[in-house]
Amino acid sequence: MRVWIPGSILGAWALLAMSVYLLPLSPNLIQLEHILVPPGEDALLGYDDLGRDIGERLLVGARTSFLVSFWVVGLSALIGTLIGTVSAYQGGVLDRAIVQVIDIFLAFPGILLAIALAGLLGPGIENVVMALAAVGWVGYARLSRAQVLSLKHREHVRAAEALGSRRLRIMTRHLLPLMMAPLIVEATFGVAAVVIAEAGLSFLGLGVQPPDASWGAMIRDGTRYMLVAPHMVLAPGIAIFAVVLSVNLLGDRLRDTMDKRLATAARKDQ
Amino acid sequence: MLKFITHRMAGALLVVFGVVSIVFLLIHLIPGDPVEIMLGEAASVTDREALRVSLGLDQPLAHQFMAYLKALLKLDLGSSFHSHRPVVELLLERLPATLVLAGMSLLITLLIAVPLGIVAAIRRNSLWDSGAMSFSMLGVSVPNFWLGPLLILVFSLWLGWFPVSGRESFGAVVLPAITLGTGLAAVLSRMVRSSMLEVLGEDYMRTARAKGLVPSRIIFHHALRNALLPVITLLGLQLGALLAGAVITETVFSWPGIGLLTIEAIQSRDYPVVQACVLLISVSYVLINLLTDIAYAWIDPRIRLGGGH
Repeated sequence: MRVWIPGSILGAWALLAMSVYLLPLSPNLIQLEHILVPPGEDALLGYDDLGRDIGERLLVGARTSFLVSFWVVGLSALIGTLIGTVSAYQGGVLDRAIVQVIDIFLAFPGILLAIALAGLLGPGIENVVMALAAVGWVGYARLSRAQVLSLKHREHVRAAEALGSRRLRIMTRHLLPLMMAPLIVEATFGVAAVVIAEAGLSFLGLGVQPPDASWGAMIRDGTRYMLVAPHMVLAPGIAIFAVVLSVNLLGDRLRDTMDKRLATAARKDQ
Repeated sequence: MLKFITHRMAGALLVVFGVVSIVFLLIHLIPGDPVEIMLGEAASVTDREALRVSLGLDQPLAHQFMAYLKALLKLDLGSSFHSHRPVVELLLERLPATLVLAGMSLLITLLIAVPLGIVAAIRRNSLWDSGAMSFSMLGVSVPNFWLGPLLILVFSLWLGWFPVSGRESFGAVVLPAITLGTGLAAVLSRMVRSSMLEVLGEDYMRTARAKGLVPSRIIFHHALRNALLPVITLLGLQLGALLAGAVITETVFSWPGIGLLTIEAIQSRDYPVVQACVLLISVSYVLINLLTDIAYAWIDPRIRLGGGH
């Protein structure tokens, strides 16, 4: 049960994000007679300050956050794992240089660097993806580097080296499969972080361009009308909260399962 | 100890140098001509060239970087494009507000996280434990740009207990501090719990119990002191999240600190101010971590004798 509820929330998120392409929506349609109308029969989640349907904008926002997290987590994990793996396996000067670069990137707390990058690059969904991936790869690089360092002296790697396997083959066939578990856990939590970061950037006005919808931008618009139309802030906030909470719950569950599996495997090794 | 400190300081210095380089390069990442963006398309060619020369943008990159470093050593961060005041002056003006906010958030964080973590560890698998862990789960999942408006809605607009924004009255800091502190409290209570659980399983805890010590003495004197050691290091690392979170929280509450200054500068394309804010926040973060490392090594000799990592 503990997996089903967050699992279905995330499934719904993905489905709703994709449904935007199929449904006849008009999320940017301004209806002046509906300005700030609360939820009712006409529109399930009410209308915003320009009389736009909040439910429809919520769907478009789902697509924004889904696409951004897909691309950012994908790019960061790919680039980070590549850099971390090569760095640790190669060792030497290259490794020391990369560790130094990782340390420098880690010195920018949280999404501060992403805020600055997105601010300077200007709004737009591509710039959001670039800014977040430019910050996001570091975590995967550090993790995969630590993994490779602990794996590269294992007997099966030694054996492959002795047999004359090429470095690329050793990295992809003999190291990567053993690193997948922690990387998947990291990527899962990464989705939660990116959903919050994308919404945060949009909240600051550094995310998607208006009139495109993003949950963060919807919250920002809503804060101006909180006393008269609290539904404007509540709907997108609950959406973000539900997705992030579900991802975190699943991530916790996944980590526990992997930890148990790793613990059993270690016991068998001894 | 001295060797440990010099080693860590050299490392930190290298990182600060890297941070300065990235911050310097940031302005060169702007698509298009920064001078044109600053002045707008209507500016005359002479005006553009004058600005380009005064910013040193006509010089080669390496030359510009050296000039930037030299100025930085004299604590000269340039002047704002908009107010034309020295950036250092602007930072100093805004710093107290951020320090007050961060300090209050830290206080709230510790007041929530430490007791919660202890209770959850002592009463493991009880209702207390699951309650504390649910709080932790909810706390890390709620973004501060939503928690802030919600708190304003309930406690300022509906109940009228606190002002909506600004920092005129003393009560004004409460809601921003809670907003900023909740995420950190959520992470920290988990750390305190797991650190406590680890310590509670140690042999000396059994000894303390076997000696017949009162439970409160066992917990506060024997367990907590050891359990909080690793928490201090992690707190140093997590303070970064607090500093970055301040950018969003200050925007939500119009709290006139460094974070709000950053956003204002980004919106008005005041690049020297953006650079300086990012630099200030990152360098403070590096310094905080350096100090926690040194403090930790000072408290726990195993670290400094182990040689760093």
